[in-house]
Amino acid sequence: MRHIISILLENEAGALSRVAGLFSARGYNIESLTVAPTDDATLSRMTLVTRGSEDVIEQIMKQLNKLIDVVQIVDLTEGAHIEREMLLVKVCVNGKEREEVARLAGIFRGRIIDVTETTYTIELTGAADKLDAFVKTLGSSIIREVVRSGAIGIARGERSLHP
Amino acid sequence: MELTGAEIFVRALKDEGVEYVFGYPGGAVLHIYDALYKQEAVKHILVRHEQGAAHAADGYARSTGRPGVVLVTSGPGATNALTGIATAYMDSIPLVVFTGQVMTYLIGDDAFQEVDAVGITRPCVKHNFLVKDVRDLAMTVKKAFHIASTGRPGPVVVDIPKDVTAQRAEYLYPKKISMRSYTPVCAVDDEQVGRAAKRLLEAKRPVVYAGGGVILSNASKALTELIRGLGYPCTNTLMGLGAFPATDPLFLGMLGMHGTYEANLAMHECDVMLAIGARFDDRVTGDLDKFAPNACIIHVDVDPASISKNVTPEIPIVGDAAEVLKRLAKALKSLNQRPDEAALKAWWRRINEWRAVDCLRYDRGSGVIKPQFVVEKLYELTKGEAFVTSDVGQHQMWAAQFYKFDAPRRWINSGGLGTMGFGLPAAMGVQIAHPGKPVACVTGEASIQMCIQELSTCKQYDLPIKVLNLNNRYMGMVRQWQEFIYQGRYSHSYMDALPDFVKLAESYGHVGILVDKPGDVEGALREAFAMKDRLVFMDFITDQTENVYPMIEAGKGHHEMRLSPEKGAASVERELA
Ligand SMILES: Cc1ncc(C[n+]2csc(CCOP(=O)(O)OP(=O)(O)O)c2C)c(N)n1
Repeated sequence: MRHIISILLENEAGALSRVAGLFSARGYNIESLTVAPTDDATLSRMTLVTRGSEDVIEQIMKQLNKLIDVVQIVDLTEGAHIEREMLLVKVCVNGKEREEVARLAGIFRGRIIDVTETTYTIELTGAADKLDAFVKTLGSSIIREVVRSGAIGIARGERSLHP
Repeated sequence: MELTGAEIFVRALKDEGVEYVFGYPGGAVLHIYDALYKQEAVKHILVRHEQGAAHAADGYARSTGRPGVVLVTSGPGATNALTGIATAYMDSIPLVVFTGQVMTYLIGDDAFQEVDAVGITRPCVKHNFLVKDVRDLAMTVKKAFHIASTGRPGPVVVDIPKDVTAQRAEYLYPKKISMRSYTPVCAVDDEQVGRAAKRLLEAKRPVVYAGGGVILSNASKALTELIRGLGYPCTNTLMGLGAFPATDPLFLGMLGMHGTYEANLAMHECDVMLAIGARFDDRVTGDLDKFAPNACIIHVDVDPASISKNVTPEIPIVGDAAEVLKRLAKALKSLNQRPDEAALKAWWRRINEWRAVDCLRYDRGSGVIKPQFVVEKLYELTKGEAFVTSDVGQHQMWAAQFYKFDAPRRWINSGGLGTMGFGLPAAMGVQIAHPGKPVACVTGEASIQMCIQELSTCKQYDLPIKVLNLNNRYMGMVRQWQEFIYQGRYSHSYMDALPDFVKLAESYGHVGILVDKPGDVEGALREAFAMKDRLVFMDFITDQTENVYPMIEAGKGHHEMRLSPEKGAASVERELA
């Protein structure tokens, strides 16, 4: 099962490598990982997407909790939550294709943010499966470059991750 | 008044109550060594190799329960200490290791003797720090000791750049500390404890499986009282020896790969298992698919991550062993119910049948020295009161099997990492912490050579350790596996070109004794222990062919032990099959 884990950690040098190191040392996989400071300068928030059986996820949560730099942690997948990821994709488009791609971007609520005679660069935000669907729809023949931010997430309702 | 970083460092150690620092100087820590020179409160023990410093501090910690302290220089000083840090990590031993670092402005420049100490130690420490500002130094030292010694203990590394030790700051050592990101122990769930108490009393074939966590949490007394109150059988892990008195009739001996017949079979056939301060290590469980097939498992551990890691218990209890035992005793009392006496009687009858197999028997009539005999004599002569350190191999298993530890913190060995070279330096730390007490290092001719240089440290500080070298001219444990699993192809396990250990000991200023006849073993030991102020190196020329039994080979379960070919064993195996 795919899990989205949110981690609040001390904004200390090396904190990121502790998390990454834990995953490689124990053989857990990381699908994506994003990290940035929060409104509180002493804290970073990390969102980590991983896959594993319930046993493995339980171990991951426990092992993360053990890291001294980790202040709080939650498996967002356990409750209602919102997930967002950003995609930037550069496509080669000529002639009639240009109109068709612009239309597709519109359907997915993407925005064309850079245009040349031969390319479009499109920005799209959403849950991972929506981005997957868009990339698939564009088709590999016209895609020059894809960059994704990795997922970030937050719980719905009143629940929140706070030290 | 402002102090230099080096002075702050030494003051902080003093205020932390540190008696001894095990270390080795070098460029990056020279300011600190200068500050050490100018005071007397913190004593420095100069080892001969940084690995020795870490093991010595580790031996100090294991035998006292207080964190061991190490000070080494940057680069090679830090890398040499690494094996000792990893050793402590695997056995959850509180160490605080200070490594020198190059100047802050040189970090990342591949400067002379620069190594990313925080990076290379990260996977084998509980936590580590790089101190970049002298104003953070005292607080970081405090945090390091706090983290190392609370919760599930472990080593903490503090990397200190040289310029930080020269800069000045106000000295203020915090008395207490709390960290929002670190809560070492959480409250015990009394409901779970209640369930455990009930299950324990319902048991027909109970067993208590206690590990090193009981020793780390100073819970041996509580455990002993609880078990004696119930009359249940108890087995200890290699790390847990001494947690329950070995001479108590309720004790089944060690369990696991080289555990006793009765301990392993009791584990296999039990219906309720109380696992406490133990982590279901692969050397303990054997093949997990065959492990304790009918048991309701109650698992107590201070580290939630240890629970359900290898074996999923029916009743998990997170908490410090001492605290949980206290509550468990209370819960048992409040149930006001006795264990099922008839069932227990039948269970003990069965266990005693297993005991009658006498799985640790060996040929007592042998004309060559049997290693087991040496350990037995050591036990008798020291009346079970010695501190015994060991290295890794067959001798380690024989020491564990044949020395009966009645008290915790007496048996000092590298269980998790299995580090050859641990025994002698660990014995130094033990002897320094316990002057005047008997300290024996049971080792092998291969292991002892991995930190042999520490004989020089022992001379400098007059440490009257008794070294028992069980010299079988082989990496015995490797040879045993090659005999069993590789049809006797003894690939590179013969120890050729051995030194004359007696002369070697003498050249370091110690006493050396060569013992090559069984009849001389006791006399040599007596002579050695009578020399209260000398290190005596006894080189016992032992049987080259002896193996450690019982043995559970890879992929086998607790009920599939290989027993000694000594008389009587074959029939037992048949009966089991
Ligand atoms: C540093 C290190 N290297 C290698 C090993 C693998 N190993 C385990 S036991 C052993 C042989 C030990 O021989 P010795 O010290 O003579 O003890 P014996 O088994 O003969 O009693 C070896 C090489 C180890 N445990 N540690």
